[in-house]
Formats: sequence, C-alpha cells, structure tokens
Amino acid sequence: MSTVAASRPEINVTLWISTTLLILCGFVAFFGPWILPQDPTDFVTDQPFAKAQAGVWLGSDYLGRDILSRLMNGARITLAMAFAATFLAHLIGDSLGLLAAIKGGWVDAFISRVADVILSLPKIIVGLVVVAALGPSVPVIVILAAVVYAAGVFRIARALGNDIVAMDFIKVAKSRGEGTGWVLFGEILPHVVRPLAADFAIRMSFAMLFMSSLSFLGLGVQPPLADWGGLVRENLGGLSAGSLAAVYPALAIAVTSIALNLLVDALGEQKVDQKGTR
Amino acid sequence: MIAFVIKRLLQTAALLLVVSVLVFLGCEILPGDVAQVSLGQYATPDNVQALRIELGLDRPAYERYFDWLFGILQGDWGRSITTKTPVARMLSERLSNTALLAAVTTVVAVPLALILGLLMAVGAGRAWDRVASVVTLGLSATPEFLIATLGVLLFAVQLRWLPAVAYLSPGSDLAQTARALFLPAATLSIVVMAQIARMTRAIIGNLLTQPFIEMATLKGVPPRRVVGVHALINAVGPLANVVALNIAYLVSGVLVVETIFAYPGLARLMVDSVQARDLPVVQACAIIFCATYVLLIFLADVLAHIYDPRSNLEAADRKG
Repeated sequence: MSTVAASRPEINVTLWISTTLLILCGFVAFFGPWILPQDPTDFVTDQPFAKAQAGVWLGSDYLGRDILSRLMNGARITLAMAFAATFLAHLIGDSLGLLAAIKGGWVDAFISRVADVILSLPKIIVGLVVVAALGPSVPVIVILAAVVYAAGVFRIARALGNDIVAMDFIKVAKSRGEGTGWVLFGEILPHVVRPLAADFAIRMSFAMLFMSSLSFLGLGVQPPLADWGGLVRENLGGLSAGSLAAVYPALAIAVTSIALNLLVDALGEQKVDQKGTR
Repeated sequence: MIAFVIKRLLQTAALLLVVSVLVFLGCEILPGDVAQVSLGQYATPDNVQALRIELGLDRPAYERYFDWLFGILQGDWGRSITTKTPVARMLSERLSNTALLAAVTTVVAVPLALILGLLMAVGAGRAWDRVASVVTLGLSATPEFLIATLGVLLFAVQLRWLPAVAYLSPGSDLAQTARALFLPAATLSIVVMAQIARMTRAIIGNLLTQPFIEMATLKGVPPRRVVGVHALINAVGPLANVVALNIAYLVSGVLVVETIFAYPGLARLMVDSVQARDLPVVQACAIIFCATYVLLIFLADVLAHIYDPRSNLEAADRKG
C-alpha cells in the first residue's frame, strides 16, 4: 500500500505518536494501582454525571464515582484481557499452523477445515451463542476470543510456514534427522517471527474491539468490574444530558486500537523503504 | 465457472448444516437445561421434570435436533421461553427493520466509498491521499460505539436535530422513519465506508503498477482516465468481493448500533434474548445472522471468481 517515494519524516511522526500512546497505555495499565487519583469504587460526589472539578478531573460517572480512576483501572482490565486472548490465539494458531505446514497430509487438511469453519462464521454471533450457553465471565470471554482469533493466526502461520518448508535448508535439516519439534522451533520459527509479531499487534486490536463490544452489549465483563466497553455501557444514559462519561472510554478503545494499527502500518512502510534503498 | 459455483454452493450448504449443529449444541451445553432456566432456581424438581416432558427435553438430543431443524425449514421456529409467543412472529417485524437499516447503509456507503477510494488512488502519494489514508485507517480501527456516541452528542444533544433513540413503530411515516434511521445508518456507513475506501485504494493502487497501465500512460492517456477506466474495469471483480465482504461485516456492526440507539431490529432482539437466556430465540437469531453472513461470503467468492481473468482463461482453455 505504501510507496517508496513516501518521505521519511512523516513516517516517523506516525511511528512516534503510536509508540508513545501505546507506552502510555501500557504504563497506566501496569502501574495503575499505584497512580490512581481515587479509588475506582469510591463515591467522590453524591451527584451522578458531575462536571469536571479539581481532584475529579474528568467528572463523575452514573453513580458519582471518579471517571478518570475507573478509566485507568479499565485500562488494566481491557489490555490484560486483550493481551491474554491474543497470546493464547498465537500460541494455538502458530503451533498448529507451523505443524500443518511441516506435516501436510491429513493433519493439515483436518486443522484447515476446522479453521475454515471458524473463519466463515460471524465472530460476534458465535460470541453471543457461547455467552448465552456458558454465561458471561472473564475466562469464558478470553478463551472465546482466543479460539475465534486463533483460526486467522493459523492461516497466516501456515502460509508463512509453507514458504519456509519449501526451502532447501529445511530438507537438509529433515534429512539430517532433526525432529519435528526442533525443525519447528529451531529452523522455521526464527524466519517467521517478524510477520507474526506484526500480526500480534493487529490481532490484539481486533481482540480488544471484540471483547469491548461484548462488554458493551452487557455480555462481557460484569459489574463491579468494568473494562472500557463496560464503562461505555454504564454511562450511556448520561449522553442525553451532555455528559462525556461514555465518550472517554470509547475514545480510549479507539486510540489504543488506532495506535496498534498505525504502528504496524508505519513499521511495514519502513520495511518497504529499506528494501527500496538496498 | 458453473462447476465452481456448484462446488461452492455445496460447501456453503454443508457449512450451514455445521452451523445448525453448532448452534444447537451451543445451547445444549448449558448447565441445567431450558426447563431449569425457564422456571428459575426456586423451581421444585417435580415442576422442572414436568416442563421437560412438556417441552420434549426427555428425548435424546439427536431426535430433538432433527425435529428442530425440520421445524425451521418449515417455518416453525418454536416458542420463546419468556414471552411464550411463537419465535417466527417475533422475528418477522424485527427482521424487516434490520434489513431496512442494512439496505440504507449499503446504498449510502458503497458508492461514496468507491468514489473516495478512487480519488485516493488517483492522487496516490499526494498530501491529501496520505491524510485520507490515515483517517480511513483510523476510522476502520474505531469501535462503532465511539462514532455513535459522538453522533448522538453532536446531532441529538448539541444541535437537537435528531432523536437520540430510534423510535420506530409499525405505523410511523416516512419522515419519522428517516429521522429514526439517520444516526444508526450514518454510524454504520462511516465504518463500512472507511474499510471499502481503504481496500479500493489498495486494489486500484496495486493495478496501477501493472505494465498495461504504464502502456496507457506512455500512450498519453490522462491519469484520470487511466485510473477511472483502464484500472477500474479490471478492479470490478475484487471490488465486488470487497463490497460483499463489508455488507457481511454489517452483521456484527448492527449489534452495537441497534443497542446504542435502541433500534428495534433483529440484533437487539438477539442481545436481549441472550441476557434473558431465551434460547429458542437466540438459536433462531444466530441461524439467521450466520446464514446471511455465509451466503454473502459465498456471493463474494462467486463475484471474485467470475471477474478473475485467470478463471476465464481456464474456461477458454477447456473450450478450446
């Protein structure tokens, strides 16, 4: 999508902005408990949707709790869940994808068919049916997201793996008697780490949007816990009174998701640039 | 060509069968069963057992699956647990509301998105193409609920032009319907537009690196004509594919949008039923959404195949 003619400074601007935003989000999520301005469950005012004031920098939510603190606490829940789901999705998808690439035959055919079925269904509808059956809870939602997104990861890992498996050094390794496990982790994995890492970032934004949507529908993280999607849902009622309480968490999701996408886009452009200059 | 369509049609039918099994099983793994959920946790075991027999839950699962499947095929979707009314009646009105929303979104978003994508491709590398690229990338990564809440704040709260909630009753006239539809359709259109425009830009941009485009340019064809005619004709197949995929995406978009605007569509019925654990309704909605999605993907595949020059070449080879 990018052109070689693209000028360098502009690329670095998007790269810097997205990296800074992501580091900021990660920092808040990680050190949240030590830097929260208020207890996210405390009532700071007795009036719902209060305007911003000293100490309550973004105003109060529908019960009179501090929005900024709930937002920062939500970052922890949202990002931890998104990371866990993506990590699991990659763990499943990468190992099965590379395995299918090495083994071929019925192993490949079987896993591919299962992945095809998952990929040809609307994810959110699958999510709703699972939540209807098992009830909404954090483990159910994270595992659900992991399985749903593992199918896409599998396809990419398998395609990347197939490209490498066709190369001579794999034939050499196999004829040298190296086991499947060693060929997988020692020979193939180092060659596919970069594209898979890029996929991880994009996939994490998908998983975050997916789980936030479930929470927003009231079918994800349940109160008193609240991720960003849940915060949007809680405070939707204040919108007609002009309260921004529902907009901040929605904005947080959008910013994180856009930053992840821009980061991968910018890194991709630099890779093309390097190819062009070489 | 026909062989391909038949093959994909059979695959799609098989997939729909798998979907029906999965949806049925999904509601079978429920801890307790429909009778238990229906009567609540304070029901006596005798009552639960009586309802189980009444609902036929004492029969083996595969028998109930086939009953359910043949029922659906004949238009009998069962009865809702909470309202006791036939599911088919609950679905019909909701379904037309959602179809209306999806149709309006498609009619608005698709032409605008294609034009935007083309303009970006014509001006590839220029400042405004770069700005538009970042904006569309951003929008396609933005959750619907941000766009929807900002829309409500601007048009319903600040300007007071439109209602924040999409009241839509069977008797409402055209003006009322249009007002109710505006914000939900606009929200969906923005997200869909961003994605189609991005992909259009990518497809056309890719075609522009081909030798025949260079040939046309060297011949002295003006750039606008190169993109608008030479490249566009070759992009019809991939673009049709992208459009069908994005209409399929609307399936998940409507869930969030119908919830925000309290739009009385199928998606909201499904969300409410999941919360109430009204499984017959959840099953019916899941089947409708999955079938729509699967059929649109099938359509996208066939469209891409028809316009793919390589598949035509195969057909020509076989004839000759």
